[in-house]
Amino acid sequence: MSDHDYRPKSKVGQWFNDRLPLLTLANHLTDYPTPKNLNYWWTFGGILTFCLITQIITGLTLAMHYIAHADMAFESVEHIMRDVNYGWLIRYIHANGASMFFLAVYIHIFRSLFYGSYKAPREIIWIIGIVIYLLMMAAAFMGYVLPWGQMSFWGATVITNLFSAIPLVGEGIVTWLWGGYSVDNPTLTRFFTLHYLIPFLIAGLVILHIWALHVPGNNNPVGIDIKKPSKDTVPFHPYIVIKDGFALLMFMIVFAFFVFYTPNILGHADNYIEANPMVTPAHIVPEWYLLPFYAILRSVPDKLLGVVAMLSAILILAALPWLDTSKIRSAVFRPLYRQFYWILVADVLILGYIGAMPAEGLYLLIARVATAYYFLHFLVILPILGYKERTLPVPLSITEPILGGSPNLAAARHRESKIK
Amino acid sequence: MKKLFKLILILSFFSLNSVQTFAAEKVDYLKTDWSFKGLFGKFDRAALQRGYQVYTEVCASCHSMKYLSYRNLSEEGGPEFSEAAAKAIAASFEVTDGPNADGEMFTRPAKLSDKFVMPYENVKAAQAANGGAYPPDMSVLVKARGGGVDYIYSLLQGYEDPPSGVTLDDGVYYNKYMYGNKIRMAAPLSDGIVEYGDGTNASVEQMSKDVTTFLMWAAEPHLEARHQMGFKAIVYLIILTILVYFSMKKIWSRVESEV
Repeated sequence: MSDHDYRPKSKVGQWFNDRLPLLTLANHLTDYPTPKNLNYWWTFGGILTFCLITQIITGLTLAMHYIAHADMAFESVEHIMRDVNYGWLIRYIHANGASMFFLAVYIHIFRSLFYGSYKAPREIIWIIGIVIYLLMMAAAFMGYVLPWGQMSFWGATVITNLFSAIPLVGEGIVTWLWGGYSVDNPTLTRFFTLHYLIPFLIAGLVILHIWALHVPGNNNPVGIDIKKPSKDTVPFHPYIVIKDGFALLMFMIVFAFFVFYTPNILGHADNYIEANPMVTPAHIVPEWYLLPFYAILRSVPDKLLGVVAMLSAILILAALPWLDTSKIRSAVFRPLYRQFYWILVADVLILGYIGAMPAEGLYLLIARVATAYYFLHFLVILPILGYKERTLPVPLSITEPILGGSPNLAAARHRESKIK
Repeated sequence: MKKLFKLILILSFFSLNSVQTFAAEKVDYLKTDWSFKGLFGKFDRAALQRGYQVYTEVCASCHSMKYLSYRNLSEEGGPEFSEAAAKAIAASFEVTDGPNADGEMFTRPAKLSDKFVMPYENVKAAQAANGGAYPPDMSVLVKARGGGVDYIYSLLQGYEDPPSGVTLDDGVYYNKYMYGNKIRMAAPLSDGIVEYGDGTNASVEQMSKDVTTFLMWAAEPHLEARHQMGFKAIVYLIILTILVYFSMKKIWSRVESEV
């Protein structure tokens, strides 16, 4: 980074910058050398920032009208939908925004898996990302409880009850979480408080995530280290800004379609029935983005082990930089890994599908196989693959594959364009 | 081959999103063309007014609609009764107000700002009057059922004699669209149970469609505004996307790289 040379032009700017180098920061962010071969899968970082900001702004507005009380929460949501000016718009953006946020984060994570962005020297970026992802799930889960519909109530009951699987202190922890002997008003008010808090924790972690990114710089589709700045890089502004902006706009079209034309399709009908502790819904299903983990949870016959499996499925990702023993980052040059990557994608989608189905018969069998494979991928396949796989020759610079070099590189480029 | 595989993955992802809907929608519901579906979908004003009549003359004797106010009946995008008509409707209901200066509760005719008067004081009273079954509040009923409007529309017309071998308890009826086929509500509609002011023939099918349209509006009172704004927003976004695309091409033409 060539930040040291920067000096504001104006006297006032210099005076201010010597005391608080905000202008140096702004200069760093605009000049930040970015690999010029980043494809559109790399635009989801910016899209996620947009999602977070959207959720915070709409969430703040909703909080002005929402009443966190077991007797009034459902009614206050209907008040927002009917009587608050554009309340329906704000709420539908917030509710669908959660789904869009997860859609984007899954693409972001799987992009990282494909191009090996989690490998040295980017382990800390990756681990911060996993923490953000965990916090997102917590925020989304608690947010879903707030409308106090049937799925809110029973989802909260099922998930908080998982803690009762902990030996000895489990029951005590559940009572402590609930603030009583069942999910009730104290549970709702604390969930609201935490739901309000977590996005700001996420925002702080996003700053660390980007800071950690700006130390080594972006990975790229070729996955090799590049000199920065060089002919392989472009300044972040305007090149990446406009490209991220273009991708964001396309994302917003999809987002708008959900908000304006099918605002409830990603939710569950039962959540428009006010919470009733006396009536259990026929199927208690979490939101779609939590389904793969729900399937893993239910695939294990023992409650405690199920919870352990579910948590491990997420936490195992934090160990990924060390489980993947291959020195080559990008799957473009790893023919075997590429196949296992797509099998993993299919495996996670299958788990998601099974998570929405009743845990019985064939579904349960498939869930068990898919769960086993999920762990097999990370614990066995990845470590062995690093030693056994015959990787393709990696180019020396990203300019080569872009401009076409030796036949091998042309082949690599061809494959890369197919991935796009 | 690999492309096909990816295609299947993408398709399965999208079907995953609608799994929950499919799971609840195993029955083939009766279909009718709803005017409020689609990009420019709007409510049929006359159907909403007729639907309100069915609701108030038939459903409202058991089902509350506690999140709606009488003023909603004259608001844009709804049945759009004239304000005078909405006032007259409100005035035909009595609400308890107070306490007055003497600390007494009193009753008065409802005003536009009042919520729809409920047929029962509370859930227990509703259950006691209906053999233990609670007639659900209808404010968001359409959104609270997996099949939505098609489900409600079908249910209203789904009453038939039970197939042989199915015995029904007293006060339980057979409905082929009800989950489990057993319903505690007797068939609410019969031909000519209401007399439409506009001369429309009040067949069960017609009334089902009208009242379901009304229930859709009750659940989504801003649906028309949403569709109108959505169209504008998406057109705006598409134009902006195209402009930004060409700006991007122009900017990236300065470097030797694809974008």
